[in-house]
Amino acid sequence: MIAPDWLRDDRLPHIYCTGCGNGTVINCTLGAVEEMGWKREETVFVSGIGCSSRAPGYILTDSLHTTHGRALAFATGVKMARPDLNVVVFTGDGDLAAIGGNHFIHACRRNVDMTVVCMNNHIYGMTGGQGSPTTPQGAISTTTPYGMSEPAFDLAELAVAAGANYVARWTSYHVKELTKAVAAGLQTPGLAFIEVRTQCPTNYGRHNKLRRVSEMIEHLRSHAMLVEKRDRLIQEGKPVPDDIFTVGELVRRNRPAMGVKP
Amino acid sequence: MSRVEFMQGNTACAEGALAAGCRFFGGYPITPSTEIAETMARRLPKAGGVFISMEDELASIAAVIGAAWTGARAMTATSGPGFSLMMENIGYAAMTETPCVIVNIQRGGPSTGQPTRAAQGDMLQCRFGSHGDYSTIAITPNSVQEMFDLTAKAFDLADRFRVPTFLMADEIVGHMRERVTIPDAVKVTRSSPLAEDTLPFEAGEDGIPGFAPFGSGRSVHVTGLTHDERGYPDTTDPEAHDRLVRRLVAKVESARREIADYEVVNPDAETVFVTYGPPSRTVEQVMRDRPDDSIGHLRLRVVWPFPEFALQVFPNAEVFLMPELNMGQMVREVQRHVDQPVVSIPKIGGELHTPAELVRALEVYR
Repeated sequence: MIAPDWLRDDRLPHIYCTGCGNGTVINCTLGAVEEMGWKREETVFVSGIGCSSRAPGYILTDSLHTTHGRALAFATGVKMARPDLNVVVFTGDGDLAAIGGNHFIHACRRNVDMTVVCMNNHIYGMTGGQGSPTTPQGAISTTTPYGMSEPAFDLAELAVAAGANYVARWTSYHVKELTKAVAAGLQTPGLAFIEVRTQCPTNYGRHNKLRRVSEMIEHLRSHAMLVEKRDRLIQEGKPVPDDIFTVGELVRRNRPAMGVKP
Repeated sequence: MSRVEFMQGNTACAEGALAAGCRFFGGYPITPSTEIAETMARRLPKAGGVFISMEDELASIAAVIGAAWTGARAMTATSGPGFSLMMENIGYAAMTETPCVIVNIQRGGPSTGQPTRAAQGDMLQCRFGSHGDYSTIAITPNSVQEMFDLTAKAFDLADRFRVPTFLMADEIVGHMRERVTIPDAVKVTRSSPLAEDTLPFEAGEDGIPGFAPFGSGRSVHVTGLTHDERGYPDTTDPEAHDRLVRRLVAKVESARREIADYEVVNPDAETVFVTYGPPSRTVEQVMRDRPDDSIGHLRLRVVWPFPEFALQVFPNAEVFLMPELNMGQMVREVQRHVDQPVVSIPKIGGELHTPAELVRALEVYR
C-alpha cells in the first residue's frame, strides 16, 4: 500500500471481488497524487457509477459519487467553480464510453484541467458482466452469449482525437509505468486521460477462459505493445498483430486548457 | 437607491440571480429560455463568475451540482425537453441535498411541442419527475418584477433547505416586457455551516444538515446511493433508507408554512379563483372589470410544497375555479384538500385565458 493516509479506514472492507484490478489502479493513482504533494483538503475525487466509481468512497478527501456516465460533467462544474482545487476522476468503460460518451469527448475538447483515470475491464462488472463498448469482438458476456459482434472503442485514441492534453494507456500489470503516467497527467495542465486495462476475473475472465487472475494479468501483459514498437513495425513494413493494444504515452501537448489552477 | 428599468422577464430572471450572488451558470440553449443563458454569458464573467455552455441538459445540471458543492450559488435554465433530460440529476440533487436553482420557462408539450408558446404543463413533473420519493420547492412568478424577485428568493430557499428549487415560469412571463424596480442590493441568506462536531448528513430538528462545501477540509463523501449520516453508502438496511428519505421529504413538507407565499383577495367570497403564474393576471383583470365581493382570488407564488392551509382562508367558499395553462394539473392538489367542488378551467395551445372566458366560467359555475 502506497498511500495509507489517503484511505478511509472506516469504510473497509471494500466491495471489490478477489483478484479485481481496481485496487491496483487506486493504489497507483494515490501514489502519484502523493508524489505531487497535494493536500487532502485541496483535492476532490469524482466518479460516476460502476465498480470503478466506488473508488472515491474509499478515499479520505471530499468526493462526489455521481450518476451513471455524468462524472466528467459534475467534475467540470467543480473545477470551473474552484480552479484552485485538484480534481481527479475515476471512471470505467461502461460509465465513460457508453452512457457517458458525449461527456467524455466534450471534456477532452474543453481540456478542463483534471485527470481522468479509466479502469477499463471490458465489461459491465457491477451488474454482473454484460457486454460494453470496449468488450473485444468475439468475447463472451451475459449479453453476448454467442460472442461480441460489435467493434470496440479505443478510448485512448478517442481522447487524443477529442483534444485531451495528455493521454496514456497501461494495464494493471504495469504498476510503475502506470504510476508515472498518472503523475505526468496530474502535472499536465488541461485534461489528462489515462486508460488502464484491468482484469475482471469474476465477470469477464470466467466466461473467456481466463478464470485465474494470473492468467488474466498475463493476457493483458502479453497483448500490450509499446506504442514505439508498434510504430517501428509499421515503419519497417512488418505486420502488426491484430490482437494487440498499444501502451505508453499517446500524446502530450499544450492545447489551450480551461480551469487551470491560478 | 433602486433603479427602474423596462425589461424582458428572462433578463430579469438573470439579473435577479446575479443580485442574489449566483456565480455559476451551466446551460444549453432552448427556446423560450435562451435569453437567460445569453444574459448570464454576457454578465457572469464580468461579475467574477463562470458561464459554461454544456453539451446537453444532463451535463448542465450536473455541472451546476458540481459547482454548488464548491459553495457557489449555481443555476441553470431550460424548458420542457431540457427539463425532461434534467430529471435524472434533479433526483441526485434531492438525494445529496445540493442547493441549486433550476429555471423552467415552460412551453407547450409533450415532446418538442410548441417551442414559442406558453404552457404550465410541467407542474407535476417538477414535483414527481425523478424516480423515488423526495420533496422540492417550486415558485411561480406572474410578472417581470417577480422574475427578478422570486429568482433571487429561490437561491435563499435552495440554500436554507438544501434542495433543488424550481422557478416554474413560462413563455409569457419569460418573454413579456414590463417595468421592473431593481434594488441596489438583495438580502442573501446562505446555508448554515456544518458544525465541528456534526456529521456531514446529520440533521437537527429541522431535518436540514449543515453544509461543508468542498475545500473546507471536512472530507465529505457525497453519493446518490442511500447513505448514512457520515455520507457513506448503506444500501440494504431498510431502516437507513427509511430514515434518510423520510427526512428528505419532511424537511420540506414540515416547513410548508415557512415556505408558503400567496396573495388573498376577498377572503369572504363564495366563488374563489385559485391561480399561479400568468392566469392570475386574467383573474385580476376580471375582478377589476366587475368589482364583486362574492368573487375571491388565491394566487400562489409557491406551489410546492403545496400550502393547503391557504384554501382555508375562504370560509364561505362554495366553489373553487382553477384556470391553468394545462389540462388540469394543480387542480388535483386543490381537490385533495377541500370538500367543495373544484372546477378545472384548462387551456392549452399557448394563449392565456381571456377575461371573457373566465366570465363565462363564472356564469356557469357560481
